[in-house]
Amino acid sequence: MRYLPLTDADREAMLAAIGVKTVDELFRDVPEAARLAGPLDLPGHQGEMAVERAFTRMAGRNLSAGCAPFFIGAGAYRHHIPAAVDQLLLRGEFLTAYTPYQPEVSQGTLQMLFEFQTQVAMLTGMEVANASMYDGSTACAEAALMACRVTKRTKVILSGSLHPHAIETTETSLRYTELDTEILPPDPLGFEDLLGRVDEATACVVVQNPGFFGGIRDLAPLAAICHEVGALLVVMVAEPTSLGLFQSPGAMGADIVVAEGQSLGMGLNFGGPGLGLFATRDKFVRQMPGRLAGQTVDVDGKRGWVLTLSTREQHIRREKATSNICTNSGLCALAFSIHLSLLGGTGLARLAEANHAAATRLEGKLKAVKGLRVLPQSYYNEFAVHLGDDADAAAIIDQLADKGILGGVPASRFYPSWPELRPVLILAATETNTDDDMDRLVAGLKECV
Amino acid sequence: MADSNTFSGNRGLQVEEKLIFEMDNPGAVGVDLPEPGPIDLDRMGGVARRAGTGLPDLSEPQVVRHYTRLSQKNYGIDTGFYPLGSCTMKHNPRLSEKAARLPGLADLHPFQPQKTVQGALEVIDSLAHWLKVLTGMPAVAMSPAAGAHGEWCGLMAIRAAHEEAGQGHRRRVLVPESAHGTNPASAAMCGFSVDSIPAKDNGRVDLDVLKSKLGPDVAALMLTNPNTCGLFETEIIEIAAAVHEAGAYFYCDGANFNAIVGRVRIANLGIDCMHINLHKTFSTPHGGGGPGAGPTVLSAALAPFAPVPYVVHGANGFELVEGARDGAKPFGRVKGFHGQFGVFVRALAYIQSMGADGLRQASSDAVLNANYLQARLGDVLSASFDGPCMHEALFDDRFLKDTGVTTLDFAKAMIDEGFHPMTMYFPLVVHGALLMEPTESESKESLDQFIEVVRGLASKVKAGAAEEFKAAPRFTPRRRLDETLAARNPVLRWKPQVAKT
Repeated sequence: MRYLPLTDADREAMLAAIGVKTVDELFRDVPEAARLAGPLDLPGHQGEMAVERAFTRMAGRNLSAGCAPFFIGAGAYRHHIPAAVDQLLLRGEFLTAYTPYQPEVSQGTLQMLFEFQTQVAMLTGMEVANASMYDGSTACAEAALMACRVTKRTKVILSGSLHPHAIETTETSLRYTELDTEILPPDPLGFEDLLGRVDEATACVVVQNPGFFGGIRDLAPLAAICHEVGALLVVMVAEPTSLGLFQSPGAMGADIVVAEGQSLGMGLNFGGPGLGLFATRDKFVRQMPGRLAGQTVDVDGKRGWVLTLSTREQHIRREKATSNICTNSGLCALAFSIHLSLLGGTGLARLAEANHAAATRLEGKLKAVKGLRVLPQSYYNEFAVHLGDDADAAAIIDQLADKGILGGVPASRFYPSWPELRPVLILAATETNTDDDMDRLVAGLKECV
Repeated sequence: MADSNTFSGNRGLQVEEKLIFEMDNPGAVGVDLPEPGPIDLDRMGGVARRAGTGLPDLSEPQVVRHYTRLSQKNYGIDTGFYPLGSCTMKHNPRLSEKAARLPGLADLHPFQPQKTVQGALEVIDSLAHWLKVLTGMPAVAMSPAAGAHGEWCGLMAIRAAHEEAGQGHRRRVLVPESAHGTNPASAAMCGFSVDSIPAKDNGRVDLDVLKSKLGPDVAALMLTNPNTCGLFETEIIEIAAAVHEAGAYFYCDGANFNAIVGRVRIANLGIDCMHINLHKTFSTPHGGGGPGAGPTVLSAALAPFAPVPYVVHGANGFELVEGARDGAKPFGRVKGFHGQFGVFVRALAYIQSMGADGLRQASSDAVLNANYLQARLGDVLSASFDGPCMHEALFDDRFLKDTGVTTLDFAKAMIDEGFHPMTMYFPLVVHGALLMEPTESESKESLDQFIEVVRGLASKVKAGAAEEFKAAPRFTPRRRLDETLAARNPVLRWKPQVAKT
């Protein structure tokens, strides 16, 4: 077996050195009743060719995004990932390293994390960011918990602009705590009144910008109201490339910014692993969950990096830790960081413009579809459309798929019990979409609607 | 040694590397993008960005060199032996990476119509099948993103089951003091209080103390097996019976499943749920701290409470269930989308490569390797417990007594010898712990070399070379770093003014 270096001769010699006759003797502490009686009903080992063949077959059962006009977003976005990103990720010193608990042999990972934290802080307009969370939804839940710790209050308001998975994850995370979650209904038109809901009992308001249905809004007035009553504003960003074009949540007054970082560096991967970004203000750093890389010096006075402020973390504080998180998304953070380094400030702005331009171009072309109206007034690279009162967006998406077109996500997939959302379709366009893709989508919609 | 100073600060292959922000080359770009055309400001909600992000501009060659140089400052399994106890640093097969990059698996959106992703759902279903058969458990929640996340998922299912049964008052969770810190932290996140159970002299849970702590307010026991001392809990079946008799559930931390795959049937131990770290047992890369995956197997009692989403076999092939239905009572959702799919692909490729026979051989070799270390080092280090260990060998710092050398110093000296240190100061139940997990990936030759080095260092300790140990490591890109300074005066990001000093 190619992954196992011991030969039978090695095993014999080692057993002799230990002073036992068989490996079974080493398992003598396992109670008889717990031992496997016989071989399992599972296949035996296989060579590379056979395994590769099996995976190629399974891959062949899917319609991959690159093989179709593709307009799906809703929290995961298809962008072009520069070739250098993946080549660098495969460096064994990054890929096969552990968490950098031994800093002298982990300066590569630690410096990278320090740079990543800085990039996330710059992008979100915040003072400090951590070394990553699992994904955007779990980061959102952790932000709500953190806001309750900071304010010592218990009411969490979740906007209808939030991704439904972020809402569900946050609701689940708070379920068995002393905290209360107030969840607002889905808000495709952006009419939601958050200002009137914030009061002295509110720990935080959590909003997403751009919203789940694509709308962009100025959050400064909401931030002002929150701060007036001592509540925190938590802003979720599902599409971090949007920050190249729009004001950062920090500039609008956010206290905690969380994001799904998948757009940069990672590709779609059927939704996982993701990358949770988490940023806040300096004064809250000791209430923050997750690892942090910090700068220091070595005994020779040379600048270097270590994991720091770990008294917040589970391996030191156990049940009093700010979170139970241990393994995070280190390699995804590296992918994000490399992609952002390749783009730079100039390239990110250009990429964001290209995305916005693609979406406005798509909006223009969709005018040809009778009865279709675009819902948000302003947007980045994604918007919800209404296909007409009698339309069933899910059925239309199904028909489009039969034509080889991946034409967006029906809102009913997330909100099955909301009949008014049945005709609503969420469409995204990025720099990867060609005019031909858009024409095929429009032609398909004209046939199906 | 004064001659070793160079003009550049570099030393041959060891190259000093600036922060990427200190290399800003305004106007350079590493990605060529088309001209976007005119931007419609009317569509931007009055919040178009006014100031730049401040992110540095660089070309592709600069970026590639930067990250390549950073990588050279890291230790990885690819470069050497990583005997990090409780972390299971085994070889990461490259076939798994290749499989995960097939466009038909990598370039899939989680919200594509299900009929266009049948192969992806098959990957999830196949892996779930393997995990269920390997453990003998009837159900598995696939979506937890890591071990601690799986712990939380399992405890949420336990809490939901108690609530459903009118037992919501059960709020106490028993956790052995040798447990990983995530156990109590996960319990706290479910609204449970934590009650610690001491270990006996033989490193196992004290069954009598456990029994005395069980009561009508206890929700669950969380136990790691094999435990963090590298020992099988010999009384585990009696423990499970006592826990169940008290009306509580038995959570097993499966971080050490690597030691017993193909040899022990988890279901026979009386376990109600157990997370499996795919990034440990099933060899997906740790990547400098993640991503991992922590699928959690569940007993029949807990299965109805599994979180969404999950895959079922429907009339038209595989079906992804995203909401409550068919009598299931999911406790909720633990993360966005459908789990760590990219990690699933890698784990399944490893599992298919190894097969049932290979997985059993891997556990056997992992245990053999650990016992070989214990046998060959027992006379110079101080083994904490008698008898065979499972996949990791635990030593404490008695052999360092009165030498002036600490566990930390000893670990740092290992670095100069070209090895990643063993886990230090964990578990907490022995003094100055040195926990070594060789895994099945190490050859005998590699172990022998490691043994010679440890033996050499141990005799050096005895010879009174404390100063040398205190000065280690000497040959790394950075020597010992001031962690107190880092915590006292936190510098957690680069800022432009820092560059000037």
